[in-house]
Amino acid sequence: MEPILEIKDLKKYFVTSRGTVRAVDEISFELLRGETLGLVGESGSGKSTTAYTVIGIYAPTSGKILFRGQDISVPVSKRPKTLKRAIQIVFQDPGTSLNPRRTIGQILELPLKVHRIGDRNDRRRRVVELLRMVELPEDYIYKAPHMLGGGERQMVAIARALATEPELVILDEPTSALDVSIQAKIINMLLDFQREMNLSYLFITHDLSLMRNVAHRVAIMYLGKICELAPAVEFFENPYHPYTKMLLSSIPVVSEEEEKMKPEKIISQGEIPSPVNPPPGCRFHTRCTERNGICSQELPGMVRVREGHLVWCHLFGKKEEG
Amino acid sequence: MGGALLAIRDLFVEFKVYEGKLKVLNGVFLSVREGQRVGLVGEAGCGKTTTMKCVLRILPSPPGRITKGEILFRGEDILRMPPRKVQRIRGRGISMIFQDPTAALNPVFTIGDQLMTVIRYGSHDSLTRREVRQRAIKALAEVQLPDPERIMASYPIQLSGGMRQRVCIAMALATEPELLIADEPTTNLDVTIQDQVLRLLNELVVRRKTSVIFITHSLGVVREMADWVYVMYAGNIIEGGPKGDLFREPLHPYTRGLMRAVPKLTGGGIAEGIPGRIPDYLDPPPGCRFHPRCEHAMPRCSQKNPPFRPVREGHEVACFLYQE
Ligand SMILES: Nc1ncnc2c1ncn2[C@@H]1O[C@H](COP(=O)(O)OP(=O)(O)OP(=O)(O)O)[C@@H](O)[C@H]1O
Ligand SMILES: Nc1ncnc2c1ncn2[C@@H]1O[C@H](COP(=O)(O)OP(=O)(O)OP(=O)(O)O)[C@@H](O)[C@H]1O
Ligand code: SF4
Ligand SMILES: [Mg+2]
Ligand SMILES: [Mg+2]
Repeated sequence: MEPILEIKDLKKYFVTSRGTVRAVDEISFELLRGETLGLVGESGSGKSTTAYTVIGIYAPTSGKILFRGQDISVPVSKRPKTLKRAIQIVFQDPGTSLNPRRTIGQILELPLKVHRIGDRNDRRRRVVELLRMVELPEDYIYKAPHMLGGGERQMVAIARALATEPELVILDEPTSALDVSIQAKIINMLLDFQREMNLSYLFITHDLSLMRNVAHRVAIMYLGKICELAPAVEFFENPYHPYTKMLLSSIPVVSEEEEKMKPEKIISQGEIPSPVNPPPGCRFHTRCTERNGICSQELPGMVRVREGHLVWCHLFGKKEEG
Repeated sequence: MGGALLAIRDLFVEFKVYEGKLKVLNGVFLSVREGQRVGLVGEAGCGKTTTMKCVLRILPSPPGRITKGEILFRGEDILRMPPRKVQRIRGRGISMIFQDPTAALNPVFTIGDQLMTVIRYGSHDSLTRREVRQRAIKALAEVQLPDPERIMASYPIQLSGGMRQRVCIAMALATEPELLIADEPTTNLDVTIQDQVLRLLNELVVRRKTSVIFITHSLGVVREMADWVYVMYAGNIIEGGPKGDLFREPLHPYTRGLMRAVPKLTGGGIAEGIPGRIPDYLDPPPGCRFHPRCEHAMPRCSQKNPPFRPVREGHEVACFLYQE
């Protein structure tokens, strides 16, 4: 399958009064057409910054972003409009991402207007169709966002993202603010849309159990870097990186079967360091239970432990044989 | 078998707001035995915090009002105690870790000042300044904060979220309460940090045999932290029982729906959620408040609120499916 999105050595630094924040620090991955790539990691690891850089809210500090082979690592104002149409995003907070002074109808119509899609009647028909797609009643056109429940607002945000018939949708924690009983419906709807429209998803979440059920492949980030990237089943059944193992063994689960899936207990220790002055060498070495001398000196390179399974850790690769 | 340390019986609370009356708590039953770790799990807005505010008698009133019920602490009704006695129970009897550690800590005072104030007023022996300080340092060391002396002199914003939450735990335990109420103490923390804080909290309460009410919206977290679990929905406790039994065989249709909807680490896709949404407290549905979302609803479900009754050894449920 062809990659729809290729990220190459992407860096995004923020210069602040406290110093330079290395939010995203040379990451590379690709997303295939029709695929869901899960991006997981704890808060501040750089997931949203990666997303915002892809969508063009931030210009990259360095590195390349290719969409359908075309370089889009240019400021968003210089991106062709058709491209903006093709990449959409759904944000975490359904409360603040919808303009409170507009009706749901106006909110859904706006992207159609911006991209000059159809005349008034076409747009009106399309808005109703979008509402039907997310299973909301037609009369919601006249409602304001505050009259809706959190789950319903997120449905509207999803409908808005789909309005321009995008190819790539970035989902930045689309259900983190919602109750699990509501989350299920939204996730299933997203999976249906993906199948029907052959959408590619960059799915950001810190919920690994959710990730297990939605992603084809998973990349895990820590302090601006990717530690491990693998097909979802591999990732959960045969994790390599010490951080992945620590995360997996920290997840609270609801059944014995899941308990058995978790790697042997790795006691979580230490604080997450600041991205302003990230530790030298492996970013994770300050908390790693398996570190050795080299870990605080040298940045671990990428090691392909199996087909499609990449790990950035000194424990694996050439050092092992020697 | 220890008797009930705390027993909440048939508690009703309303909030008066501009639009009318929010009928939030709708007859809550919950009890905690000595040394027991009780988990209270429920989704946003179901009334968990409100219930606990009644226990500590800190429900803001107005707008809140307790319209019915009793809360027995060692057999005495907190709701009918003179304020001075309630004051004595707070701290040494019952103490609470609040949902938001940033709100619980005052940003303009050092950690040391705040912790020492709690110890000075909460402990019943009269202590010298030095003793108070020593106890504070010991409390910080107990929650495994490195370099307690430095932490004493720090302001809340100088600490990470996980460290702030440890400080709150230290404060809540410094007065050696009989009952600790921990209201979502790890909700805003990352999973690896959450894991550290939960492990620490568990160790401390088990070692001291402190009774606990652990509040969370996560079934996974409650499974790690409690021996006994209550499930709350829209102002009612709808199910309660020993953890093992409750997780193995949940009875209430809401609990079952919730268990199904939780994404599993074993995969297999996401099951259907529960249709509909949490009711509007201005005009809650009559009868069982879950009936509009329940696939098993029968005619009587919309007529009468099902009583909370035992179905088997300690496993109680408020649902007509299990009642004659
Ligand atoms: N505009 C900005 N200016 C300065 N620093 C920023 C900016 N945006 C993000 N950061 C910093 O970059 C780092 C990565 O942030 P980012 O929001 O990408 O993390 P995240 O993985 O999405 O975390 P979360 O799970 O909390 O959403 C953080 O340390 C953050 O404080
Ligand atoms: N001071 C108040 N004024 C008006 N309504 C209130 C007040 N406090 C609580 N409520 C209402 O009572 C309901 C229950 O709130 P409560 O904070 O007890 O829920 P919770 O179960 O703790 O939820 P969460 O998981 O979000 O913390 C909410 O719907 C809220 O609107
Ligand atoms: S490189 Fe070293 S410190 Fe980093 S995860 Fe691997 S073993 Fe641990
Ligand atoms: Mg983010
Ligand atoms: Mg609460």
